[in-house]
Amino acid sequence: MGSYNKKIAMTAVVGVAGLALAGCAGAGGGGGGSSSDGGGGAVTVLMVGNPQMEDIEKLTKDTFTKDTGIEVDYTILPENELRDKVTQDVATGAGQYDVVSVGAYEVPIWAKNDWLQPLDDYVDDDADYDAADLLDPMKESLSSDGQLYALPFYGESSFLMYRKDVLKQEGLTMPEKPTWDEVADIAAKVDGAEPGMKGICLRGLPGWGEMFAPLTTVVNTFGGTWFDEDWTPEVDSPEFTDAVDFYVNLIKQHGEPGASQAGFTECLNAMSQGKVAMWYDATSAAGSLEDSSVSKVAGKVGYAYAPVKETDSSGWLWTWSWAMPADTDNKDNAAEFMKWATSKQYEQTVGEQLGWSRVPAGKRASTYEIPEYEKAAGDFGPLTLASIEAADPTDPGVQPRPTVGVQFVGIPEFADLGTKVSQSIAAVIAGKGSVEDALAQGQSEAEDVAKNYQ
Amino acid sequence: MTTTPTDTSTVPATTPDTAPSPTSAPPRRRRARLRGADQERASWRWALTAWVLTLVFVAPVVWMVLTSLHTEADAATNPPSPFAPVTFDNYLQVFDRGAGVFLTNSAIASGVSTLLVLLLAVPAAYALSIKPVEKWTDAMFFFLSTKFLPPIAALLPIYLIVKRVGMLDNVYTLVILYTAMNMPIAIWMMQSFLAEIPKEILEAAQVDGAGFLRTMWSIVTPMISPGLAATALICFIFSWNEFMFAVNLTATVSSTAPIFLVGFISSQGLFLAKLCAASTLVSLPVLIAGFAAQDKLVRGLSLGAVK
Repeated sequence: MGSYNKKIAMTAVVGVAGLALAGCAGAGGGGGGSSSDGGGGAVTVLMVGNPQMEDIEKLTKDTFTKDTGIEVDYTILPENELRDKVTQDVATGAGQYDVVSVGAYEVPIWAKNDWLQPLDDYVDDDADYDAADLLDPMKESLSSDGQLYALPFYGESSFLMYRKDVLKQEGLTMPEKPTWDEVADIAAKVDGAEPGMKGICLRGLPGWGEMFAPLTTVVNTFGGTWFDEDWTPEVDSPEFTDAVDFYVNLIKQHGEPGASQAGFTECLNAMSQGKVAMWYDATSAAGSLEDSSVSKVAGKVGYAYAPVKETDSSGWLWTWSWAMPADTDNKDNAAEFMKWATSKQYEQTVGEQLGWSRVPAGKRASTYEIPEYEKAAGDFGPLTLASIEAADPTDPGVQPRPTVGVQFVGIPEFADLGTKVSQSIAAVIAGKGSVEDALAQGQSEAEDVAKNYQ
Repeated sequence: MTTTPTDTSTVPATTPDTAPSPTSAPPRRRRARLRGADQERASWRWALTAWVLTLVFVAPVVWMVLTSLHTEADAATNPPSPFAPVTFDNYLQVFDRGAGVFLTNSAIASGVSTLLVLLLAVPAAYALSIKPVEKWTDAMFFFLSTKFLPPIAALLPIYLIVKRVGMLDNVYTLVILYTAMNMPIAIWMMQSFLAEIPKEILEAAQVDGAGFLRTMWSIVTPMISPGLAATALICFIFSWNEFMFAVNLTATVSSTAPIFLVGFISSQGLFLAKLCAASTLVSLPVLIAGFAAQDKLVRGLSLGAVK
């Protein structure tokens, strides 16, 4: 009996000790926990998981940290979660992040909310950094009231990608600056040129950043706009309606199958598998199309400016950039990191270590003068640069606009508005309802939004 | 001819006695055989249903593993190409991103919270079943009622409190939350297991001179061990998969595995194969834990824990 009692007593002691240990560990908060004490420590970076971001994560330790001694901790989240986290972090002053990756759409909005740190002081007097080399349209999209609030990491415009071999086989030539009517004409002629091949791929997947990225550029060049200068909604105007009618009909007649579910990824796939003859989308897609390990059409793709109608150019403008939340107390190290990530030297590092086709291009004029990059970028490099330079985020259409932005309206409500209208249009593409009804509905939603600004 | 009437008379007379045996014996046997066939058919039907259901539930998992072994380009084809060449490249890329830290954080958050839940839930369940406290049904209902509020509704106050006490981005914040979140389920499960222990056994132990701790350790624990295993596994799975609190309360150093997973979702370029590889990797610990506790689990769950 005695030995049993001893055993029980031992068990009890071990149990209590276990509890106490667990309690200690919890209170100490050691283990994985404790950070964000800021003040000259490691730089914490929150970013989206795009390929260029994965590259910088790989390169940081052996280059940036080695040279400066500054550690960098990365967290990767999808766009929507990232947006929520930054909003939460900055709005509550939690200061958990020193640097965040931000798209061109958010920068002016967040800057107006005083969520971002102005950066002119950090880059202006740094000769090495050479801020003058950054492309003007990029700087414009990342500025608010003349102050720069983010540094561009890589940028893109939009252009038309087409199969040179297929067009040649059909006896067609693509003009350097095609109009939408010419593109529709060619789409009809190359539709079915190869078994299972459709004429063109255009995004039909709902979402302000999916369907409405290319579609808003079509609206712009058809003479339409979401809002005029005084915030009068123009969604059901004849120009907007014509543009959407044209886009929907082109998809229905010669577009990819299942178009209402096809976004950037699906179109990239269709084009690289040889299922479509043309594709109007981001200039950054060209790198993937020319990569023969994932694309069957490498070397067969030609590039032309974004198709137009009423305007001289219609390419969009987008950049992923680095911004500093206003509440960080690690500002100097954060700025150091941001300058390194957007420097000429970083582009050189990527080119030498990972390959020149992976350089985060589209932000500096000097990138397009590097011989190795010129060779890697081939046909699409110069056209990308020209498309970015031609894009004017302050005046993208035929009428003055209330905000900065080509393929979006720079207000927080636009994400919701654009997504709702795109859902109705995707339904029309799938065969339900009419463009007029979809846009009439969109007009009333736009009127609700406009009330906040009129 | 005279025999005919007797014949005819005997026939009806005998039929009630004799007829049943020759005429109804074969039907009875046939019925028995039929019943056997029916049963067989029924059990086949059940077996088939079980197989179909199993396949329906396993198919997505198999598909995930298969996709994780393909290149991004093959993973994205339409129609799908299940027989594309196999590659382990995606797994290398997943490890390249440093899955270890996230898995460790998840292991701490889930493991420690599960341990705490069991340590607190078993005594509570004891006080609600074997030696029930007054109004124990009200107490049970109170525990359950703490699960009525959707977690998202509590997020804002929790975030503000955690921020105020300086516990943001701390894995032990998750431990505390997961312990609290899983406690009601654990108490309910353990209560139903403990309630099934016959009082007589406990009394017999007392008669034999066993004290309280001895009874708990040598009698009760072995009897409820299947229940403990089932409860522990459910708590572990719930904490392992929890996303909402993890994404909102952690930042750079204490993020858990689900946060690692969503990082592979990208708006640019293909990510399906990599995401599947990461998902497979993250599901593995739970699968292993499940297999390890399988025999206990089957007993535990069939004992009628979750009624």
